[in-house]
Amino acid sequence: MELFDLTIHELHDRLKRREVSSVEATKAMLARIEATDATVNAFITVTPDEALKGAEEADKRIAEGSMDILTGIPLALKDIFLTQGVRTTCGSRILENFIPPYDATSWLKLKERGAVLVGKLNQDEFAMGSSSESSAFGPTRNPWNPDCIPGGSSGGSAAAIAARQATATLGTDTGGSIRQPAAHCGCVGLKPTYGRVSRYGVIAYASSLDQVGPVTRDVRDAAIMLGAIAGHDPLDSTSVERPVPDYTKSLTADVKGLKIGLPKEYFISGLDPDVQKAMDLAIETYRGMGAEFVEISLPHTDYAVACYYLIATAEASSNLARYDGVRFGHRSKDPKGLLDMYCKSRAEGFGTEVKRRIMLGTYALSSGYYDAYYLKAQKVRTLIMQDFLKAFGTVDVILTPVTPTPAFRIGEKTSDPLQMYLSDIFTIPTNLAGTCGISVPAGMSRDGLPIGLQLVGRPFGEEEIIRAAHAFEQATQWHILKASL
Amino acid sequence: MKITRQQVENVAVLARLELSDAETEMFTGQMDAILAYVDKLNELDTTGIVPTSHAVPMENAFRADEVRPSMGVENALGNAPGRIEDFFRVPKVIE
Repeated sequence: MELFDLTIHELHDRLKRREVSSVEATKAMLARIEATDATVNAFITVTPDEALKGAEEADKRIAEGSMDILTGIPLALKDIFLTQGVRTTCGSRILENFIPPYDATSWLKLKERGAVLVGKLNQDEFAMGSSSESSAFGPTRNPWNPDCIPGGSSGGSAAAIAARQATATLGTDTGGSIRQPAAHCGCVGLKPTYGRVSRYGVIAYASSLDQVGPVTRDVRDAAIMLGAIAGHDPLDSTSVERPVPDYTKSLTADVKGLKIGLPKEYFISGLDPDVQKAMDLAIETYRGMGAEFVEISLPHTDYAVACYYLIATAEASSNLARYDGVRFGHRSKDPKGLLDMYCKSRAEGFGTEVKRRIMLGTYALSSGYYDAYYLKAQKVRTLIMQDFLKAFGTVDVILTPVTPTPAFRIGEKTSDPLQMYLSDIFTIPTNLAGTCGISVPAGMSRDGLPIGLQLVGRPFGEEEIIRAAHAFEQATQWHILKASL
Repeated sequence: MKITRQQVENVAVLARLELSDAETEMFTGQMDAILAYVDKLNELDTTGIVPTSHAVPMENAFRADEVRPSMGVENALGNAPGRIEDFFRVPKVIE
């Protein structure tokens, strides 16, 4: 058991008992990154100086007796989180040399508790993608099979956990970007309810869908991280004024009488046989623990992908208008005038997927098409939301697959964007409904690739999905498996 | 045909994106396919449905109208591609 193999709670115990220092743990983590990242490419920027400085400060706090569970823990952040003084690229050439003047609130909260930053993680450019292949810094590889994708857009966050390059990480989820890579990499990924965690300092993709969440080794670590980052932020007017419970109190492993909904629209024939097998086993496991299953219907499921690719692209086209070469980011050399500067800077700085989504979104919002596309999608969104709220009238949590198949090969789906989009079918509805979801390891495919299961909760029902996920994890121990690099 | 090449060129102007010929061709084909797909939303009758403008029930997130320190000129200009004194330098705006 190396220091980089420990979870937050395991490392915390050793730090507290002075068996190991944060500097030792951080050095071990940095060495691990050095030894493995040529293969995995999970990191865009490694921050050894910043990390060791943070670790030294953490060790001082530990010596003074003023530590808490996150003090001295080496973490990494998706490169979508602004980190003051540390380059932040969002996976894009347009921000290749951008040095943020402030910290994201979610990172600041972790930093204030003494967490240590080892680096910034690779992702699909501007969080647009499901495979991390659209990064301007090369694809991240799945530690379980380097020819396969780790998922996306938080591919670096999940791969770093699977490769033991960070004790825990943060990602963001707009259509499944935390849950799907977690499933493909055999780790835990939690998307909180919209508004639960501040989006201040998180580079915006789709403002009504984006959420910050942890990607971790186990459910306990996810509960610890969520507790640290959740809460109202005066700097984010979409964050809610709701008290933050102690999520670790939900780690009871007790699901007796828990009503689990199985949405018939998610359990279609044609599901990959390994995924089907994992789901069947999961249902059996939950039954054995005393949970009850209820068949439910989420009738508008089939419209979610279409709805998402109108709303998300529309919001993205607006959010990415700021990348114009004026105040920050790439500016084209010798522009012929102002308009030329905008058009060339953006053409040179953005990758193809980003351009495609900006184009779609601009079209959907343009005069003459706004009603037919964007407004229509907003109405369908209401129907999707209502499906979930109705379902939670009869069940406590909803169980679904995370992905239709295990991780596909790098390059397999890049020629047909629509095929890639359709693979987000199980995660997108959660974002549209604004509610919470967690992905936990649920098995392995015949080819040795991880498979995840998803629990979706009611809005602000993180405690229930944490409880249900933890119980399953403790009963099956899939999270113990380690990728051999 | 959900979208023509001419429409794609118009959208590119709105989006302030200079596209190559090859890109315009590719995007026309791809957008056509994607727009054909999202057309399925028209299978749903959404008469009387209120569009979702916000994911959680929230209103009027105000703060007190008090002046607070801002990031300062040096921070604000820290990533400026072009700078003159305390200003962002850009190509001529008014001809």
